[in-house]
Amino acid sequence: MGMTLAEKILARASGCDRVAPDQVVVANIDLAMSHENADLVRKSFKDIGVRRVWDPDKIVIILDHRVPAESEKTAATHKAIREFVREQGIRNFYDVGRGGICHQVLAENGHVKPGMVVVGTDSHTTTHGAFGAFAAGIGATEMAGVWTEGRLWFKVPSTIRILVSGELRPWISAKDLILYIIGQLGADGADYRSVEFDGPVIRAMSIASRMVLANLSMEMGAKVAFTPVDEIAPDPDAAYERVLAIDATEALQEPQIACPHTVDNVRPLPAVGNVPVDQAVLGSCTNGRLEDLEIAARILGGRRVHERTRLIVIPASQRIYLEAMRLGYLQTLIEAGAMINPPGCGPCVGVHQGILAAGEVCISSTNRNFIGRMGSKDSQVFLASPAVVAASAIAGKIAHPEEVIE
Amino acid sequence: MKLRGRVAVKLGDNIDTDIIYPGRYLNITDREKTPEHLFELAYPDIRTRLKPGDIIVAGKNFGCGSSREQATAAVKFAGVGAVVAVSFARIFYRNSINLGLPLVTSREAPAQLEEGDEIEIDLTGGSVRKLPGGAVLAAAPLDARAVELLNAGGLIPYLRKKYA
Repeated sequence: MGMTLAEKILARASGCDRVAPDQVVVANIDLAMSHENADLVRKSFKDIGVRRVWDPDKIVIILDHRVPAESEKTAATHKAIREFVREQGIRNFYDVGRGGICHQVLAENGHVKPGMVVVGTDSHTTTHGAFGAFAAGIGATEMAGVWTEGRLWFKVPSTIRILVSGELRPWISAKDLILYIIGQLGADGADYRSVEFDGPVIRAMSIASRMVLANLSMEMGAKVAFTPVDEIAPDPDAAYERVLAIDATEALQEPQIACPHTVDNVRPLPAVGNVPVDQAVLGSCTNGRLEDLEIAARILGGRRVHERTRLIVIPASQRIYLEAMRLGYLQTLIEAGAMINPPGCGPCVGVHQGILAAGEVCISSTNRNFIGRMGSKDSQVFLASPAVVAASAIAGKIAHPEEVIE
Repeated sequence: MKLRGRVAVKLGDNIDTDIIYPGRYLNITDREKTPEHLFELAYPDIRTRLKPGDIIVAGKNFGCGSSREQATAAVKFAGVGAVVAVSFARIFYRNSINLGLPLVTSREAPAQLEEGDEIEIDLTGGSVRKLPGGAVLAAAPLDARAVELLNAGGLIPYLRKKYA
């Protein structure tokens, strides 16, 4: 019997010939990523009492959750991280203005390679399965253990394989596909599992779109998620817990919307009804990449953001920001009435740069719509594709792109 | 490994980390201060009702969402003795073992328990029992690694002992 991608990678990293689901292995870590919570990791690391991290070249720290510092407290956190990075000789440090959102920065600077075991103190670390890495989120204390020992225990996950055939209709994107899947499987539908995506629809997707699938797999509980790469593949006779076949042409007739307050509360757009929006957000580790800004610019070009709606656009990284500027997307978006925020997590985590008041409604290309996620506990977040966010900004209500483009 | 406590609150499915500990307070890195914001947005009354050793009961997928360790810290340092749920999200589960907060996975117990019940939990044997003299409800026994870390008081003391 062959092995799945998760099994292959964990076998290699733990020095085993083969591993099987539910087996506990201790795997060597190839890459350990943290953002602002590196400060919490640093404190735990100091409490352990070891002087030096196991390998400074395998640690990457990227400031993104509160950039630039929104408070004196955060400024002190950033400062403590800078001092720690210097003290430990951690060269892969992306400070304010040098990087952007951690998952985008990690990817675009080539830190992740197929077959690696990557851990990050961020739940959306699953994103890096788009590059063939076994990439999982962990907590801060656990990361302090990784900084100490360079290895970590894992229970080998069973794998759900999702095969997507057919084609994506016009205006339907990877975001719609993964929201549909989360709606079908539920918020715990892939708990503790590895998810392997494959099939002609996936293979036709850009890397950016594949990152959306791996990123949002976390919202159905996945430990890791993969899209196909050339360098490493599951064995043809690998054993799967479940194989799910989706005909995208059939399943995705309409854009998908995750309604408040869970990501699995997914409905096709026409079933959402008339929902006026106060704010539209285009950004995040899920959907702040160049192709997302491009489609928004295409829809918003020559049109205006509705007077009752504010549109906030956040390029996922400095590099994307610059490229979007060169290509004219930012000018188009600004002329339409968008506000461009600096690369970072921005309002997605409810800290700054676009917080919602009580009673307000937001359509967002981000990844979570939990109670109070982007501000008041009495606000509402609807998750959608970048195209639907752009169209809704123009319509002033949740809208299909066809409603605003003749 | 047994513990006793009162069921202080019973919650539903998919209690996410933003409900447990809102993202806006993530710049608090002093673990002892995190309980001030426990369930602050959705259920602000819970933290005022919690007494040391109390038990939280919940449905499936407790702790889903973010990797934020403050969610675990806020529950633990509020004095909660254990969380009993149908299932836990994986990062929350690992965080809890690492910080020394016992989690009990039980398919049947949450449905049988009500707020105010006094219960006894056998972490290693894998059971939950209503006191006095209630039926034994099956739970997943903690694995050896989790027991080792809980006995050590969490991952930090465990590693400190190993490397100091």
